[in-house]
Amino acid sequence: MNTRDAILQRLYQGREQQGGFEPPVSDFGVLQRPHWSKAEKLERFARAMGPVHGEIHNTSRNTWHQLLQQLMQEKGLRNLWVNSDTRHGRLLADHWQLEQIPLLQRTQPINEWKDELFNRVDAALTGSRGAIAETGSLILWPTPAEPRAMSLVPPVHFVLLDSNRLYSTLHEAMQQEGWADKGMPTNALLISGPSKTADIEQTLAYGVHGPRELVVLILE
Amino acid sequence: MSDIIKQYPAKPSRVYFYATCLVDLFYPEVGLAGIQLLEREGIEVVFPQGQSCCGQPAYTSGLNGQARTVAASQLGLFPDNWPVVVPSGSCAGMLRQHYPRLFAGTTLAEQAEQLASRTWELTDFLLHVCRIRLQDRGEPIRVAMHTSCSGRREMGIADSGPALLAQLDNVELVQQARPAECCGFGGTFAVRHPAISAAMVEDKARALDTCGADQFVSTDCGCLMNIDGFADKQQLATRGQHIVSFLWQRSTGGAA
Amino acid sequence: MNTAADAVKQFTPRARTALDTPAIRNNFRKAMDGLMDKRLDAFADWDLEALRELGAAVRLRALSRLPELLELLERNLQANGIQVHWAQTGEQACEIVRDICNARNARTVIKGKSMVSEEMELNAFLARSGIEALESDLGEYIIQLAGEAPSHIIMPAIHKNTAEISELMHQATGTERSSDVDYLTASARAQLREKFMQADVGISGVNFAVAETGTLCLVENEGNGRLTTTVPSCHIAVTGIEKVVEHLADVTPLLALLTRSATGQHITTYVNMISGPRKVDEKDGPEAVHLVLVDAGRSAIYQDRELLDTLRCIRCGACMNHCPVYTRIGGHAYGTTYPGPIGKILMPHLLGLDNAGSLATASTLCGACAEVCPVKIPIPQLLQRLRSEAMDGDPQRSATVAGHGSKRRWLEMLLWHGWTVFNSRPWIYRLGTGLMTRCRHLMPSRLGAWTRYRSAPRPAAHSLQQQLRQRQHKEQ
Repeated sequence: MNTRDAILQRLYQGREQQGGFEPPVSDFGVLQRPHWSKAEKLERFARAMGPVHGEIHNTSRNTWHQLLQQLMQEKGLRNLWVNSDTRHGRLLADHWQLEQIPLLQRTQPINEWKDELFNRVDAALTGSRGAIAETGSLILWPTPAEPRAMSLVPPVHFVLLDSNRLYSTLHEAMQQEGWADKGMPTNALLISGPSKTADIEQTLAYGVHGPRELVVLILE
Repeated sequence: MSDIIKQYPAKPSRVYFYATCLVDLFYPEVGLAGIQLLEREGIEVVFPQGQSCCGQPAYTSGLNGQARTVAASQLGLFPDNWPVVVPSGSCAGMLRQHYPRLFAGTTLAEQAEQLASRTWELTDFLLHVCRIRLQDRGEPIRVAMHTSCSGRREMGIADSGPALLAQLDNVELVQQARPAECCGFGGTFAVRHPAISAAMVEDKARALDTCGADQFVSTDCGCLMNIDGFADKQQLATRGQHIVSFLWQRSTGGAA
Repeated sequence: MNTAADAVKQFTPRARTALDTPAIRNNFRKAMDGLMDKRLDAFADWDLEALRELGAAVRLRALSRLPELLELLERNLQANGIQVHWAQTGEQACEIVRDICNARNARTVIKGKSMVSEEMELNAFLARSGIEALESDLGEYIIQLAGEAPSHIIMPAIHKNTAEISELMHQATGTERSSDVDYLTASARAQLREKFMQADVGISGVNFAVAETGTLCLVENEGNGRLTTTVPSCHIAVTGIEKVVEHLADVTPLLALLTRSATGQHITTYVNMISGPRKVDEKDGPEAVHLVLVDAGRSAIYQDRELLDTLRCIRCGACMNHCPVYTRIGGHAYGTTYPGPIGKILMPHLLGLDNAGSLATASTLCGACAEVCPVKIPIPQLLQRLRSEAMDGDPQRSATVAGHGSKRRWLEMLLWHGWTVFNSRPWIYRLGTGLMTRCRHLMPSRLGAWTRYRSAPRPAAHSLQQQLRQRQHKEQ
């Protein structure tokens, strides 16, 4: 008998041996939150992300690209990885005015340009699927156009969040979007701030392996 | 504590008093004080002969067989359906939480369940069943409360000691550092792992010594023996008393 | 030579040393106090008892259907393109990992944090096979530099202060000595960045494996977990078989409980849900994803309804954060992969009671752990059960755990037999206590371990029962 079957058999026998049992009922009611208005959700989102050094700007669908360019200059960033195959990427490219700061269009698999990606890309811009107010979390499902590395490798991650796409809780997001029923993507992420650690004497330090800055542009 | 659902009975006319072996042999004044407190509330206290030990030392050593033998000899001491009142969080916990487990699947299972359902720790009983109202006849004093872990987590009585002390006008309750942390007694733990136990009792004794209290009171004689014994040997100033002795003395103006 | 077993046998002397080491006492006291406070703050807005009930229910539901859910998990993982392997023992699991690496000519591995990989002693095994495994989680990286084992399951370097870490990094990698945590962190980041780029294989643990969707969930703050599972061309995940949950929705309460119980965070920086290798048009992610399901004694625990509650554990570490024993002796004293209360109820199964049985007695059964366990494992009850197994103390129960009866000593049993006779026969009790009160001044003032630290207790002049009998006499 192979290992798999041996283990399973031991478990089935084990259950007979212990007599099996009915688990208590799972009451998910404790996860419910009272209905929060959009304004309240935005406020909670900001309140949750603030303490963990998430940077939030409230802007609009029409002007975010100006704000982004301003932030790029203020932060002294030298380039920005953004995919113009996305709607927001195209919009940005159309309005880009900073000649000294190139927009990097990189659509090859990352292993073909790893050295540049890890060492010479200052920032990246992605969209998001939505966010969770309760925990201050962005929902990202990376795609071929916006691979995982965009929200992971460059030290600064800019992300666009549609202000109408805030859920109160993760449970609500999962249920309303039907994650389990529709099938999960290769990778689904919740991002709740820049990367951090408290491994050195429980002292918080930011920018460990993931981005050091997370900048959220909330689009009204 | 939230797992503990208690339905207090109406104040009875009679109770059984289960003293515990530590009280019997080392702290008889606690037993007398407890009985007198109950009698003063108009309750007839029945002290069954033949009580010895609840069996806990063997049980926590993993010797269920030995514990069962001793516990079985105690089960039959309380034939009438009166509350059984115990001046110890840990022994009360043994009867209430562990006797049903110990006797599950045996012919004594039902008797054990029945006994468990009417077992009460004394301060809890005085407060919630007798609805005792204490008059303070003593001089002003500052006191720290030490509730045993079993009292806190098996019997859910962390509030009753402080509530009773609050009834005494001249008693100020002060809180020591880390009040919910174990004192390190743990029955046989103190002799099986003496160095760890000593580290725990040292922290507890020093916390009680430096919190500004004149003395401490405890729900359990095991903790008392542990902390007092350490404080005495290490010449710390703090000393303790069982809360029941304390309450009796304060309410009668008796000497310490 | 079984080094894991040997290590735990040194528990008592190691605990002693730890108790006498001010750095350990201070570091752990401060750290645990902080973690306990943070946890309370994080749960302030919750009906915590209801949330724990839900956590327990979700885990119990998974355990009640464990074999079926593992089969479903396997099916769905495979449908998603993830390859599934089964390992009976830790050693076998190591072999599987090595074989996957060898098939790819992989020589360097980057690792995310995984307690089961510590259990397997994977790094040492891979090293013997000529494969370098580098830890990327900062805490694990630090202790790897020190050549030590983790002392806490969530914060592996919790026993070290900043000065110690700085010195370690200086000696190992030439980083300048500094008390600036940001500087030290930036150094580690720079050093590990190169490794992420170059590693052939990434190895991670799994926090929750969802049967319904064939998804592996990982939580982390640093980003090393994501890098480990994204950049190398192959990702191998290892997990104990008990980590499976039934539905995707089940992850929500467990996530809410895990991060708050562990470090007082409402959520970790990243929650990473992996459901397959890189698809054809995707630009990153591993081409191959493997899951190794490790039994290593868990199916044996599953034979018993009471003992299987041990398997509810979601590895949050709250139990050890609240344990008065762990706080004073630190994690290394246990000498086991898992320290603290969870270590005490789990390791005896993995190593046998003959080796690890003393761990089960190193507790006052205070219950602080059970009070905070997010999935309501009845830890004191399980400790008591293990004690009775070790002593062969329950004639009504047959042997279940390896090493059953190995702590039973005839001399001790003689004493207990005497104790039983004394307490179960009223006339002997009366006689005995009468003697003790009368001879109270002859009580020895030296009573071994007790009086090493405390004054000897002295029996009263008259026992309570004697006084009550006199009282009755008077009333008559």
